[in-house]
This record gives sequence, structure tokens and C-alpha cells, in this order.
Amino acid sequence: MEKLIGLLIMIAVGVGLALVFWGLNRLLGPKSPNVVKDVPFETGRAPISASGRRMAVKFYMIAILFVLFDIEMIFLYPWAVVFRDIGAVALVSMMIFIAVLVLGLAYIWKRGALEWQ
Amino acid sequence: MPIEYYLIVAAILFSIGVLGVLTRRNAIIVFLCIELMLNAVNLTLVAFSNHVQNLDGQVFVFFVMIVAAAEVAVGLALIVAIFRQKETVYVDEINLMKW
Amino acid sequence: MNGFEFDWIAIAPFLILSVLGFAVVVLGISFPKMYRGTLGTIVLVGFAVAFLASLQSWDDARLAFGGMITADKFSSAFSCIFILGATLTIGLSINQVEEKYLLYSDYFALVVFATAGMTLMASGTNLLTLFLGLETLSIALYVLAGFRRSNEFALEASFKYFLLGAFASGFLLYGIALIYGITGSTDLTKISAYVSSEGILGSKMFFAGFLLLLVGFGFKISVFPFHLWAPDVYQGAPTPISAFMATGSKAAGFAALMRFMIAMQSTTQSGWQDIIWVIAAATMILGNVIALRQSNVKRMLAYSSIAHAGYILIGVLAGNTIGSSGIIFYLLTYTFMNIGAFGVISYLSTAEHEFITLSDFRGLASSRPFAAIAMAAFMFSLAGIPPLAGFMAKFYLFSAGVKAGYVWLVIIAVVTSMISLYYYLGLVVQMFMRDKEADVAATAPLQPAVMIAISIAMLAILILGIFPSRWVSLFQDLARSLM
Repeated sequence: MEKLIGLLIMIAVGVGLALVFWGLNRLLGPKSPNVVKDVPFETGRAPISASGRRMAVKFYMIAILFVLFDIEMIFLYPWAVVFRDIGAVALVSMMIFIAVLVLGLAYIWKRGALEWQ
Repeated sequence: MPIEYYLIVAAILFSIGVLGVLTRRNAIIVFLCIELMLNAVNLTLVAFSNHVQNLDGQVFVFFVMIVAAAEVAVGLALIVAIFRQKETVYVDEINLMKW
Repeated sequence: MNGFEFDWIAIAPFLILSVLGFAVVVLGISFPKMYRGTLGTIVLVGFAVAFLASLQSWDDARLAFGGMITADKFSSAFSCIFILGATLTIGLSINQVEEKYLLYSDYFALVVFATAGMTLMASGTNLLTLFLGLETLSIALYVLAGFRRSNEFALEASFKYFLLGAFASGFLLYGIALIYGITGSTDLTKISAYVSSEGILGSKMFFAGFLLLLVGFGFKISVFPFHLWAPDVYQGAPTPISAFMATGSKAAGFAALMRFMIAMQSTTQSGWQDIIWVIAAATMILGNVIALRQSNVKRMLAYSSIAHAGYILIGVLAGNTIGSSGIIFYLLTYTFMNIGAFGVISYLSTAEHEFITLSDFRGLASSRPFAAIAMAAFMFSLAGIPPLAGFMAKFYLFSAGVKAGYVWLVIIAVVTSMISLYYYLGLVVQMFMRDKEADVAATAPLQPAVMIAISIAMLAILILGIFPSRWVSLFQDLARSLM
């Protein structure tokens, strides 16, 4: 339990600070209500359409490819930890691993999965 | 904390996943439930890895994650293809052939 | 970190197949217009090299990668069976992929990757390598099952296969996790050491893990009650792929199951025999009885393949030398006869009309005698009629069962085999004793590659049926080396 006290203090300070700033702002700040201020902030301009609409499938494609390549990278972490112990073999095997990934990238590129239109 | 805590949480997660796969109709949700099962397995593996004091379990988790990502890619592609063809992702409406 | 070294020889078949798969992908994207025959030939040459590499480890058993991989007679024999099956699958597909499906280079590459996964399953002696092999195989097959994208059955088949497959992987993994937690290792030799000291029922958690693993493997080999996907998937998948799934994927599942079961053997009462007994009996009865009612030949073959998995389980249950060698002999002959049967369907089908209902086969003997004779041979072999290989294969398995004391199970097997005669011979009757219907759809033109593949399969079931002893003694050597 002692170990967690630091964490609890951290959370308490974080929440407390937020509350203090918010409260001070309510107390001291000038109040001039106005319609534009109630609109969600979107790069400073008025929103052009409702959020939460369907996205085109092409975004899904990019997202899933990102996930695939991104998650392969978790192998780099344990590799980096033991790299010095294993040496050249580690380097060669990681090169092969990356080469396979590059081949996958070349494949999706050629097949047109990265075409935006 | 004793290892039982982790194992019980993992078992509950796994059961939620199994129940979800068996009862939900939306293919995406079914798929999420399968992912939940895999993550319950990951939690179990990591807990055991700490318990038996070797890293085999954690290495296994890496492979489970990779395989899960590959399955996601194939599975979502299939769901998109099915939706384009049948305009539905409800598993009980994907039933040209008897189960 | 000392013993870290690469043993290229031990994983040679897997490596060759992986490189071949990548080569096909590269060729496919660099020369999209490449003639499919050329690409097919490259794949076949690669398979030949991988086949020779698999033979290499027959005499030269070795443990590699810290016990994760074992290249021995077992992995050698199974890899050869997988590569033979994949070769015949490619043979069936060569003339077809272009007209029926797009992107044939992807199709070939996926078949090659699936085969690589199978070889990994046969040589893996760690639950990690077994799992990786299984997933390499499965993910390739999910895509292949849905390869006829415009066909709505195909997508549905692929989707069901995927959902149930991923669900089963979840159980398999949970089982692995529990076993790891109890034994502290995923290495089969260490798990085996645990089982021989504590017994399989030594810990409830271990037994739960064992059962969960059985669920995962049971799905892959499609035994009751995890068989539900098989008929739908076989129906919707491209016919050569149905053949590939029914033979290669099933054989790979059995390879992994056998490795695992050998590790589970202990001197004390193990406690898993009753479970396998019930599963085997239910699978044989259910598969054969439901097959009786099918009018779609692909579905009929699917139920028949479920029933055959039940027969093979007798060998797993027997657990003796004859049982293990019987399983391998059975899987070898089963590969030939089942790919042959699916091959005939594929041979007769055109892009517009799939040749799959019983009425399609009416009067085939007069219109397409080669196809009819070949189909009849495969049906006789599947039914287990001498002198074809299917009979000898059943004979060895059943005698192993009797020797191990499972007389009742063998009686069930024999009775259900007799039931199966009805539907196998029903198809033969349609072909030889019924007249063609007037408005039957046109059959496909002659395709040399498919004819060659079917002829090879026919020749193989004849040779294996008439001269089985040589092969069986080879496989018994293998089985002795395992025990």
C-alpha cells in the first residue's frame, strides 16, 4: 500500500489543480456569454457538418495497414535489449525481418492499397 | 498481490469474451469479444510469467499480439467485403448456408 | 545466451517454402501479366526442392532453436505429405485460377504460405511454434476460402471459418497459458516431464488447459462437436482449396495433436482416453449419418471428411506403434483420395456452373468416362473397398485400435464405414447407372494439369493399396523413434 501513496498524491494533486483553475476562472473571469463560444472548437471556424458520420472505407484500409506495421515493431524492443549479447546474428535476423516487412509494404503499394482515390 | 487476483480477472474477461461471441449478433462486436478473449490470455500469460519467474510467457504475449493484429486485418477486410455484398454485418443474417 | 545459433537444416522445408512464397509475391507484383503456367511451374519446382529438404531430416534427427523445433522422421514424413497435398492442389488450380478468380499469384503465394505453416506445425515441439504454425496456416486459409470474392457463398464461408477459427484460437491460447502457468514452460519435453511425474489430473488447472487445447486442435481437425464450420466452408471455398483444407490442414492438425498427445502420455492412468473415445465415436456416427442426407457433393465430402477424422482418432487413442504409423499411412492415402475426389469436381466445373449436385453427376460415365472412372475409384477408396488404399489404411488403424483394447470403438467404426458405403456408392450409381438429364449444363473443357493431378492421385491409391507393407514398415520405424 505504501507504494501506491505516491500515485494517490499524484492523482489528488492533478485533480485538485484542475479544480482550482476551473474554480478561479469561474470566480474571477469576466462573463460575456455569446453563441459562438458554445460551438465546439474546430480549428477556429464554424463546423461544416455534424460529427459521427460514416467514414469512407479507404480510411479503414490505411488504419489497418498502420496497425499491422506498427505492431510488428514490438519485436524491436526485446531485440534492442539483447542486441549487445547476441551481436551479428541479431543484426542479420532483424534485417531479414525488416526486409519481409518492406516486401509487404511494396506489395500493398503495388496492389494499390495506398491509392487515396 | 497474489497471482490469483490476476488469474480471476483474466478468467472473467475470457468468459465475457466467450459469452459475447455466443450471444451478440453484430459481427464487429463478436470480433471485439474474440479480441477480449485473446487479451485475457495475454493477462494470464504475463501473470504466470511473473509467477514462475521466466520470460517465456511474456515472449508468448508478443506473438499473440502479432497474430491478433494479422487476424484483425483479415477479419475486418472480410467484414467490409461482406457488408458490400449483403449490406449487413449481423451474423444471423449471413446465413445462405445452414450452420 | 550461449546456445544461440541458427540451425538452417532443421527448418529447411519451412525456410524454402517461405522464400518461395515471398518469391511468388514479388513475381506477382513485378510481372502482373506473367503466364499462370510459368508461375505454377516455379511453385512446383520450389515444392520439389522443399520435398527433398524434408526427406533430409529422415535419417538425421536434430533438435534446434533450444528445442523449439525438432526435425526428425515425424516432421519429415508429415512435411512430405503436406507438400504432396499442396502440389496436387496447385495442379488442380493451375488451369483454373485465372478464369475463375483474379490475382492468381496471391492465390499461389497463400497456398505456399499455408504449406509453410503446416511444416512448422509438424516440426514444432514447443507450444509457441505449434501455435505460430497453426496461425500461419489458418490465416492463409481464411483468405483462400473467400477467394471467389464475387460468389456470396465464398464470402460467407470465409467469414464463418474466420470467426470460428479465431474463437478456437482463443481457447487454444488460454489452454496454453494455463499449461504454462502450471509447468513453467511451453516446451513439450518439459511439459511431458511434468505429466509423467504428476499425471494429467495432477492439477485441475493443468487438466483445464489440456481440455482447452483439445478444443483448439479439435476445431482444426473438425471433430464433433467442433465440426460445424466444415461443410459450409468446403462448399463455399474454391474446390481445390476445399481439397487442401480437407487434407493438408487436417493432417497438420493431427501432426500437432500427435506431438502433443505423445507428450501427454504417462505411466499412470492419464484420464484423457475417455474423452477422446466419446469424441471419436460421436464424430464417426454424426459425420456418416449426416452425409447420407446431402445432395451437394462438396457437402457430402465435407461430412465424410469429418467421419474420417473420427477414424483417425482411433489411432491417436491407441497410442501404440501401429496406431501412430497407421495415422500417418491413413493421412497419406487420405490426401490422395480426397484431393482426387475434389479434383474431379474441380475438373468438371466451369466458371458459370459448379458441378456439385448429385444430379449433375447423372450419366457421367457415358459423357466423361475418365472423370467418372476416377471419381468411382476415389469413392471406392474412401469407402474402404479393397484393393484400394483406403481399405488398407482403415485396416491398420482399426487393428491398432483392437490391439489397444478399444474393441467397441472399432465396432462402431466398422458399422459406420458400412453406412458410408451407401452415400459413396450412391454417387457411383448416379454416374454409371442413371441416364443423363436432358438439360444438363455443359461441362468444362479438358484441362491437362488437372487430369495429370487426378491420374497421379489414382495411381497413388492403387500402389498404396496393393503394396502397403513397404510404406507401413517405414512409418513403423518412425513411430518407434517417437515412443
